[in-house]
Order: sequence, then structure tokens, then C-alpha cells
Amino acid sequence: MRCAVVVFPGSNCDRDAFHVLKNVFGLDCHYVFHEDTFPPNEFDLIVLPGGFSFGDYLRAGAIARFSPVMESVREAANRGKFVLGICNGFQILTESKLLPGALLRNKNLKFVCKDVHIKVVNNATPFTCLLERGQVLRMPIAHGEGRYFVSKDELKEDQIVFQYCDERGNVTEDSNPNGSFLNIAGMTNERGNVLGLMPHPERCCEEILVNTDGRKIFESLITHFVRRQEHEAN
Amino acid sequence: MRRIEDYGLSQKEYQHILETLAREPNDVEIAMISVMWSEHCSYKHSKSSLRRLPTKGPRVIQGPGENAGVVDIGDGLAVVFKMESHNHPSAVEPFHGAATGVGGIVRDVLAMGARPIALLDSLRFGDLSEPRVKYLFSGVVSGISFYGNCIGVPTIAGEIYFHPCYTQNPLVNVMCVGLAEQRHLKFSKAVKSGASLLLVGSLTGRDGIGGASFASETLSEESESKRPCVQIADPFMEKLLIEACVEAAKLDTVLTIQDLGAAGLTSACSEIAAKVNKGVRIDLSRVSVREKGMSPVEILLSESQERMLLVVERGEEERVESIFKKWGLRAARIGEVTDDGFFTALYDGKIVAQIPAALLTQAPLVELDPTPVLLSPSCVELPMPRNLEEVFLELLASPNICSKRYVFEQYDHMVGIDTVVRPGHDAAVLRIKGTSKALAMTAECNPFYCSVDPYVGAQIAVCEAARNLIVVGAEPLALTDCLNFGDPDKPQVAYQFEMTIDGMRDAATALNIPVVSGNVSFYNETEASRVHPTPIVGMVGLIEDASRICSASFKNPGDVIVLLGPMSDDQRLCEYTRLIHKIEHVLPPKIDLELEKRVQRCCLNAIKDGLLNSAHDLSEGGLAVGLAECCIFGGIGAVCELWNDSRADFLLFGEGQSRILVSLVEENLERLIQLAKNENVPIAVLGRVTGDRLVVKLNGRKLIDQPVRKIKEVYESSLQRLVNQ
Repeated sequence: MRCAVVVFPGSNCDRDAFHVLKNVFGLDCHYVFHEDTFPPNEFDLIVLPGGFSFGDYLRAGAIARFSPVMESVREAANRGKFVLGICNGFQILTESKLLPGALLRNKNLKFVCKDVHIKVVNNATPFTCLLERGQVLRMPIAHGEGRYFVSKDELKEDQIVFQYCDERGNVTEDSNPNGSFLNIAGMTNERGNVLGLMPHPERCCEEILVNTDGRKIFESLITHFVRRQEHEAN
Repeated sequence: MRRIEDYGLSQKEYQHILETLAREPNDVEIAMISVMWSEHCSYKHSKSSLRRLPTKGPRVIQGPGENAGVVDIGDGLAVVFKMESHNHPSAVEPFHGAATGVGGIVRDVLAMGARPIALLDSLRFGDLSEPRVKYLFSGVVSGISFYGNCIGVPTIAGEIYFHPCYTQNPLVNVMCVGLAEQRHLKFSKAVKSGASLLLVGSLTGRDGIGGASFASETLSEESESKRPCVQIADPFMEKLLIEACVEAAKLDTVLTIQDLGAAGLTSACSEIAAKVNKGVRIDLSRVSVREKGMSPVEILLSESQERMLLVVERGEEERVESIFKKWGLRAARIGEVTDDGFFTALYDGKIVAQIPAALLTQAPLVELDPTPVLLSPSCVELPMPRNLEEVFLELLASPNICSKRYVFEQYDHMVGIDTVVRPGHDAAVLRIKGTSKALAMTAECNPFYCSVDPYVGAQIAVCEAARNLIVVGAEPLALTDCLNFGDPDKPQVAYQFEMTIDGMRDAATALNIPVVSGNVSFYNETEASRVHPTPIVGMVGLIEDASRICSASFKNPGDVIVLLGPMSDDQRLCEYTRLIHKIEHVLPPKIDLELEKRVQRCCLNAIKDGLLNSAHDLSEGGLAVGLAECCIFGGIGAVCELWNDSRADFLLFGEGQSRILVSLVEENLERLIQLAKNENVPIAVLGRVTGDRLVVKLNGRKLIDQPVRKIKEVYESSLQRLVNQ
């Protein structure tokens, strides 16, 4: 699986995502600068990493969507390539309309960095195919604008992939760290190949960091990719 | 022309200028000298005292004198670090004051050719019940959060204390730690004549002019009007600078890098020149300015943030410029290094200033005139509280003891995915990718001890910082300091300062921990009050084997709880006497540096041998709070039985030094006792990790019996409650 990590000015989780894809999963991984473009078949997975693209001074992700690389990302997404937007990457995906909805300032107006629990709502996506429905993962969040909002008519139920929950998987107000609509932590597009995620799976993929729950998302993607290739070969 | 005093210069200083120049300085020159000779830039009151600190060690690559200290950690890598204050700006404009404080120290580390990998903050505020303190507190925390999060450097540790002496004059000290390949390190000795000066980063504007002088006066009612002296923070620009500078530092043709901080271009250029006995010639017309009509003085003294100066081999400028261009940053060749030793500034083709660079960087030193302060009594008779359990809960909720989770959850402390031990523990730990190593870091100073006995207080600050590193399994490498004091021309302040330096020197020498960088902040006072002497000690330690990292949390039911160090009933100053009895003026705990050394060695060896499951430094709140923290972090209970004839309150809450609380499986106990015996360290078995309550008995009588869930709630919710009250 050939992977790209897009680097916007102000991205700051680009090197983290790169490290995990390359050194933890041994994937063929490349940085793509925001001013560059690439052919739609060049990469199988494109990661839009966390950070503060262009400082997020206007609105998180609002400027990044105009970067030339986003045209390539859009085309790749249209061809069914995997696109994973983490944190600021999620914000860029909604600003680019690759995903519905918007990410607003956290309800308490403060940046929040801590571990949260999320529940798998939809395991029929390439990102969650190794997970059980209802399975609870522990994952770090770190954002100031993570309050997901979407109007009801824009939302199809099965686009919700993860919801914030408590340790036991109850979706409660107390377990919602930012005031997200329906406790939404992760959303996919209708086709299921683009995922936006506020929690950071790349921050919990190694034993030394104690928690390895994030591995399951990348392992799902790799498995799905291999299966699809086998399927196409047949 | 303005009078000499308006420039903050004394008659004596002015005479020195006249003698050196053999003429009157012009307006531009005297403005430059005046800012460079401010306390903030010149260290004229502290330089000679600081020379007493030990600065050498086998691992030290660079001690004080460059932008930051550098220490060898093997594998061709070096750790680079420094701490700096941004107190005055934060007192009048907390958000941008604190934010630019972060930016400034990050650029110091960047200037050494390192990538910044961690931030730590030591903060001091007045009583949180005061509305203004709430405003300062929220502003400072938001400013740090705004800046640190955006630049992608994790804020992983720090400490906060509250006391009325900081009401008008909060302290904001920021430490930055960087990691570099040794071959990419930049030192000023590489500067040579003919090399080009490249100014990169933000435009030069009128903000922050006179910031250095503002920081060299005591705060007054007029300070509010100095708000324009506070610079504006642009973390996005800083993030771009980080990426571009890290890339540029890999080029050998980049000879050295200098950040632009206090006194802007004037300071950066004169530092570059004077350290190698060279000169500089710069053309101010080539400086990209934010607005039209900026005068030469304004350009020379602007403290606009997010700018750096690169010294580049002649003819290699384009290669360097292209790196900055890629990141959307300006790079302008504004001049070159010369042989003549002069700082020459041109504007519109005319020379506007020409003075020896060394005159700017070598202000005449001022001798301190210390007067000893009478020490307080060593102890006083205090009534025994009726209910020690209530005292215990009150201490857990004290803002000086309780969890700072409310604050550190506003900081991204995980970006970089190296954070192995997160904030809230004795020290934070970062693994170093691609090696088996990890770095531990901490910042520490109990200002209450320092206020009563600055000599002992400073010793304890050094010892406790070291102990914080030891308990996670790290060998202390070196320290940086940020020394916050009042007006040094006042004899009591001078005395506090001299005693502090002596205390730090003695402790650092005993523990063999060199001082590699630091910062002094004087004039932290108003007419009404003066801050306690607050020498913050920032320390970095090395863990060779990252699989042997220890932490404070109790792990397994059945583990034995052991105290390394004396079971003291130190009846001296502690949070208990302050909070419950309102007594602050008794001597701080005693410190025996030889015992301290042995306790630390014993604990570190036990961790390296894999004997321990947890280790925690005992500090504020004493044994009882220490036990509570181990339970809270581990989410598990403990039962301890003490047999002792001393006063129960001081046994539980006294802050006797050189003590570490550890837990281990019973099979390892014999070996730990042997280790302690070899080091002549007192050791006592206190009890066991068990259940979900913390129970402490003295001579068979239950003094504390509380569910861990409850003490956790008290400990973790207190700060937020105080802020929102």
C-alpha cells in the first residue's frame, strides 16, 4: 500500500503519521507538499494530518482547502482511494466538502488534550473492517475546534463511524468532550473511502506509548486493501 | 536631545561610553547602547555572581554563553535546552506576554541547530480568589496553549504555585528542550568575516520597541501604558521558521544562527560579532518593514517576533533563501560580518551608527551590595488539629498541591508521539525515536522555602528537580535556571540573590549536575510587594534503556510500600503550616546533600536493576500526600502502618527532604534493603498496595481512611473549582 502524508504549512502531526505508517506498519510512505499535485492512481492512502494549517487563524482548514494538492486528493477520493483526515485533516475535509458538516469551536471554548473513548458505530468501512460494532477504543484527542455539526438532512446514519462514549460504550453527554452533535467523533463519506476523525489513531500505535488501540484502524485499512487486491486479481 | 537618565543610563555609564568612543554618541547609538545595557540584555547585576555556578562536565558540549546549553546524550545526538522568563509582559498583557515567551525560548533552541521537542512552564500567580489573578491566570494559560499547540511542540511538564506576593507580578518562565544531531549544531565560533547576514521570518514592525528596558524596571501604575512594549505572537510564522531553520541547519554553509529577541537586530548582530571579535555592517534599508516611515532606531530596536538571523557563507545565500522561500518566508541579505570590530548601520546609503560591537555587549558591571536578612525561627509551637483526615483532604485540595490537570489538558502534550510519561507526574518522559533511549524533564522550585532561607531553598530546588528525574529512572544530565527576584539594587534582594547562587552552586556541585544555561529576571516587584526569591530549576535527565521507565503510580495489589530516606517528623515550614496554621516564617526543611546523593543513587540503582514497580518523590504535603498521589495515579488503594512517637501531623505532612516512596514485589525487598544498606540509606517498610481505599494508621490508630475514588475527586477537581468560583 503506497501512502502519502500531505504537508500543509502549519501541519504538525505529519511526521507522526509518517512515522507510524513507515516504521510501525512498514508501508511505502511519502510526504506530499501542499503546493504539489499527483496523479489519482499514485497513492492508495492519503493522510491529511493534524495541526494548524495556515495557522487556522480564519477557521480551521478554511485556507488549506485552496491548496493545489486538494484537487489531487479530491480526484483520488473519486477513484475510491482511501483518504484519512485526522483532526485538522478532518476539518480540511469538511471545508473541502469531501465530508458533510462542519467542525466548530469546542463547547467550553477551550483546547482539550486527553484520552477519550470512542465506540465503533459502523464497521462496514475499510477503516473499521477488523473491528466489532459497539467495540470501544481508547484514543487521544487534541483540538480546539472539534465540535462536529451537521444538519439532519445532510446526514445519513451509516456515515457515522465513531461516537464518543464512556469506558463501557454508553454514548453520554459526560463522555462528549467538545459538544459534538450526536457525540460524533468520526465520519465517512457515502462511498466509505474517506474518513474524518477527531481522535488521533497515530498517537496510540506503539507499546511504549502504552495504548495501541489506534493500530486497529490502520490494520483494518491494510487488510481491506489486501483483500481488495486479491479480489481484483481473481 | 533626551537626557542621559531618560535612556536609563547612569552618569558613570555615560562616561564609559564617552571614553570608549572618544566622542559623543549620536541619538541612534545611545538608544542602542541604552537598550543593550538594560539589565535584561546585559546581566550587569548578575554576571559576576553567575560565574560561581559549576558549568562543566564530561557530557557538556556547550555551557552558558550561547543561545542555549548543549549536552551529549550519545549516538551522535545532543539535547539542547534553556529556560527564560516573560514576567513583565505577562503582567500587563497575559495572553500575548505568555505566548511570546514560548516563542522566544523556542527560537533560542532553534538557533543552536536543534529541533524543539518539548516545552515546560513554571508559573506563579497570586490568590485565585482575586478577579485580576483569575484574568492573569486564564490569559497566561490560554497564551501558552495558543502558541505551543500551534507550533506542534508538546508542553509536557511544569509547575504552578499561588501566593499573594505574585498578585501584581506573576511569573511566567518557559523552558524549551531540543534534540539535535551533533554534526548539525551551530555555534557562534564558526562566524567569519565576509559571511552574509540573512534576516528571515516576519516583517519588522514597531511592536515591542523598548521591551528589554521595560523588563528592567519595577512594575508600577504606569506599566499599563507599556502594553505596546509587549510583542504580538504569531505561532504559525514560528512553525514555519522551525521547519525552515531545522532544514537550513543541516547545511554546513549556514555558519551560525541567532534569534532576534530583546533589543532585536541590535542584540542579534552585536552578539554574533562580539563573541568572535568581529564587526558587522548592515543596511537598514534592506530590512523588510511592516509599515512605512520606520526610523533607523525603530528598525534596530524592534522586537517583532518570529525573526532569525543566519550567518551564511558568502556565495551560498541562494541555497539558504530557497529553503525559506519554500516555507513562504522572507529571507533578506541585510549585511555582512566584518573584520573591524564595529557595529556599522547604514540607512539610505548613510552611516547612522558606528560603535564597537563589544561596547554593546559588555555593559559595565554593577556590584551588588547585599545585606544579610535575619532568619526566622527554626520552629514554633503549633496546636495539634483535632481531625487529621480533614487536614489531609484540605491539603489535597490546596492549589499548590492539587492536580494541574485543568491546565495541562489545555496543552497538546502528545504531539510528536514521544510522550511516554505525561504531565502531572514527578517528571515527564519522551522516548527518542530510533534509539533505545528516553529523556526525562522537570522544572521545580518551592518559593516558600526560598523566601525564608534562599540558600537552603535553592539547594532544595536543585535536589528536588534531580529527585524528580531519578524516580522515573533517569540520570540527571544538566540544569538550566530562571532566577526571578526583585530590584537588585535593594540590599535584601541582593542578599537573596547571592544566597540563592551559593545554594544552587553547592547542591549542583554535590550532585554533579552542571548548569548549562539560564536567565535572570530582576525587578519583579511593585511599590506594594515583591515576589519571593524564585529560582526555578529546569533539569533534563537521560534514560539509557527506555524499557526501564518507572512512574509514581502504584501498580499491583500485594506490592510492598517502602520509604527510602529518613522517616522524619521535620517540624519546619511546609504546606501544612502555611495552609492550616497560617505560619510562613519558620525555617524550611533541612537538607543534607550527602544523604540526598545516597538516596538518589540507591533509588536509581534499584530502578535500573528492575526492583521497583513505582517510585515517587515526597515533596509538598509530605508522606500522606505522596501516598495519596501514588494511589490516585494507579487507581488502587494502600494500607500503611507507622510506629513512631513523633507528632502525628508532622509525620504525615512534614516535608522532610531526601525521601522517595517506592513499591515493589515482596521478593525484591531483600535486595532493596541490601542496596539501601550499601548506600547507608534509611529504609522503612510502610505497608502494602491493596484494595480501593487509602488507610494510614499510626501506632495502631487509624488517621486516614478514605476511598481512592474520593481523594482522586478532591485532588483533580480543586483547581477548576477555584478558577470558576
